[in-house]
Amino acid sequence: MHIQPILAALRRHKAGTILIALQIALTLAIVCNSLFIIHQRLARMDEPSGVDEPNLFVIANLWGEQYSTQETLERIQTDLATLRQVPGVQDVTPSNQYPFKGGGWDNLITMTPDQRAETTDASYFTGDEHFLDTLGVKLIAGRNFQADEVQSRGMREKMTPSVAVISKPLADKLYPHGDALGKHFYAMTSAPITIIGIVDILQRSDVSTWSAPYAGESMVVPIRLAMQWGGYYIVRTGPGQLAAAMRAAPKALYAENRMRMIDPKDGVLSFAEVRRRAFERDRGMALLMGIICVVLLAITAAGIVGLTSFWVGQRRRQIGVRRALGATHRDILSYFMTENLLISLAGVAIGVLLTFGLNLWLVTRFTLGILPLTYVLGGIVILLLLGQGAVFAPALRASRVPPIEATRPA
Amino acid sequence: MLAYYSQLGLRSLKRNPMLTALMVMAIGFGVAASMITYSVFRAVAGDPIPAKSSQLFVPQIDSWGPQYNEKGEPPGALNYVDAMALMRAHQTPHMALIYQVMLSALPHDANSVPVSTGGFATTADFFTMFNVPFLYGSGWNAAEDDSRAADVVLTQDFNQRMFGGANSVGKSITLSGHDYRIVGVTKRWDPSPRFYDVWGESGFNDPPDFYVLLNRALDLKMDNAGRNSCRGTITYNGWDEFLQSNCVWLMPWVELDTASDVANYRRFLEGYSSDQQRAGRFGWAPNVRLPDVMKWLEVQHVVPPESRISLIVAMCFFVICLVNTIGLLLAKFLRRAGEIGVRRALGATRHEIYAQYLIEAAAVGLAGGLLGLLLTIGGMSGVGLLFEPEIARLAHVDFSLIGLTFAVAILATVAAAFYPAWRAAQVQPAWQLKSN
Repeated sequence: MHIQPILAALRRHKAGTILIALQIALTLAIVCNSLFIIHQRLARMDEPSGVDEPNLFVIANLWGEQYSTQETLERIQTDLATLRQVPGVQDVTPSNQYPFKGGGWDNLITMTPDQRAETTDASYFTGDEHFLDTLGVKLIAGRNFQADEVQSRGMREKMTPSVAVISKPLADKLYPHGDALGKHFYAMTSAPITIIGIVDILQRSDVSTWSAPYAGESMVVPIRLAMQWGGYYIVRTGPGQLAAAMRAAPKALYAENRMRMIDPKDGVLSFAEVRRRAFERDRGMALLMGIICVVLLAITAAGIVGLTSFWVGQRRRQIGVRRALGATHRDILSYFMTENLLISLAGVAIGVLLTFGLNLWLVTRFTLGILPLTYVLGGIVILLLLGQGAVFAPALRASRVPPIEATRPA
Repeated sequence: MLAYYSQLGLRSLKRNPMLTALMVMAIGFGVAASMITYSVFRAVAGDPIPAKSSQLFVPQIDSWGPQYNEKGEPPGALNYVDAMALMRAHQTPHMALIYQVMLSALPHDANSVPVSTGGFATTADFFTMFNVPFLYGSGWNAAEDDSRAADVVLTQDFNQRMFGGANSVGKSITLSGHDYRIVGVTKRWDPSPRFYDVWGESGFNDPPDFYVLLNRALDLKMDNAGRNSCRGTITYNGWDEFLQSNCVWLMPWVELDTASDVANYRRFLEGYSSDQQRAGRFGWAPNVRLPDVMKWLEVQHVVPPESRISLIVAMCFFVICLVNTIGLLLAKFLRRAGEIGVRRALGATRHEIYAQYLIEAAAVGLAGGLLGLLLTIGGMSGVGLLFEPEIARLAHVDFSLIGLTFAVAILATVAAAFYPAWRAAQVQPAWQLKSN
């Protein structure tokens, strides 16, 4: 196939050529960046929590009366006992938050009490000796809390945990050589906290972009916390007993003490629902980008079909002449296919620049990652195939123009 | 003439239904994507209190110092000591302090269970500064702030739930075991974003149920249910020590009407910080900020990045649809070169050809706008799938959005038609007649 005559013909259709190339370039930029955003969001949604998600639910329990710290602590113990009686419930722990809750409590971490800049930041979970077993997190080193280590504290009372169980990412950040067990750190405390256990994964409560530099870094302290307005009960059930236990648990709590508030809509959440809510934005974003990609590709394809059809219509006479002079069906077909390929190649060449330009802008404005080359290559392949596919039908029609057209007036 | 051109345009659109449909769809989808994301964006990025947004300011004082502050920026709220000092200084006629509280309320029927309610503890000026509209009664006054009265203002919806919507002013209500006297019921008032509560909150969550008197709440040691941020080693033990700590949690707002008031207040904040430095409380030079509402919303990143990105991507999508339309219009117009030649030969000027094709494009734009509007309305029900409920509920179709949809669709299509129409007008009549 000679490219020379195609280029000569394109020079006579500058506007249409430029428009198709431009459209392909812009489409490439948007599709590549959208696919990358989709991938990043989906990856976030798949992040493991480290807990036994299928068998966990959380009760947000608020007190209907104002209690003293001591009264609150007693009520919590009564509630825990009540929940343990609910059929299907295997274990339960009180806590100030849970993984993927959103927002929540975190403390700055330092290696010495008077250190100026913090070493890192950890999501701060309070729990008792049942915390690890209830959540089903995997202890990879050290030990669990003992019952006599658990302190009781009011909300604004001084917290001086002497021991903590921390997540592996936090252990690695504090002690990169893997010898964190038994060592110390400070979590805005005046006394050191000893690391007695390390769990594999325990996701943070907050999963916003603010937490990104501290991904997966969390700590559990053996504190039974009496918060004035209430708190969370994390409940683990036997396999297949989640739904029934979720229905029975609030009833049992209300039967034991009516002066409490468990929101009928948001008060009892399965962990699947917790996860769904935590990543609602990400799912929505992925969906929107997906829809835009699909519609965009469809419109670009339609545009190519439309413009090529016009060109074919315009050149019927020339095609007829070529046919009369001995060009085969295949020659005509490949002429239009090659023409489209040339335009598409020019389009993707500009498109690659636009893609990285847009990506760079998104990186600076929205802390999106740098686009991997595979996305651009994938995008190029998609658009070239799309162009060839779109041009095929009009090109086929062109190849069927009979040589007799040469004798007809335009 | 206009009617004739419109007729010609319509006839021509009918002649290539496929090409026309393609253009209308491109415009329709492009406009709809832009409008749906824009309807969300305008809801989250708008001015929540246009009448006063340039007179309301957040005084920020760096109480943490260079060691602990946020990359040189003072914290976004005040600690108790500084907040009270600013209140007592009376350097501006209007100042409000706010913090979030969560309480329980017992509805009146006997066997009901308590319900959870959320609200704000605040000071008298809150209601006047923010132009809070009242259904019954009014807010409390500064004297009641000083006498630490057990006053409460309910919101319309909460009053509906607790008192069936009746005028409850003067009645008493029990919240978390303490009695309060109802002094007012506000009309439905929920600025979006809730500018006065965006430090640590999205600004779009559920509206409050009540406002209690801040001094009274402090007397009752009513804990802050909103964000609280501390630095360094936490040494407090108990509520009173907590109040003296470096933890910031009280949201201050001041009203300053003129530029000189703003300058004076800024000087006062700097003077206060210098005093603290001299007294040895701050070991650093004054570092204060005084952003107004819109600046504050910007600093707090209230607009979710998702909303911004989706608007940008949707607009890029619309641009591509327009490029597509330019190509299709070009094809459509030039296909009729012969016809144009005849019209030109019969005396039509270039100008008239130009006008005719622009009108034809406007018709495409109108149809695209109509399709776009239908898609936008349909898409609104799907906004809940794309954004979190608290943000999705803010997006809605109103007359301005409908008008904007058509305006954007028609203007964009006509703009896209400039070049194709110009090409059409350039057709040489002699050339066309000869080749025919």
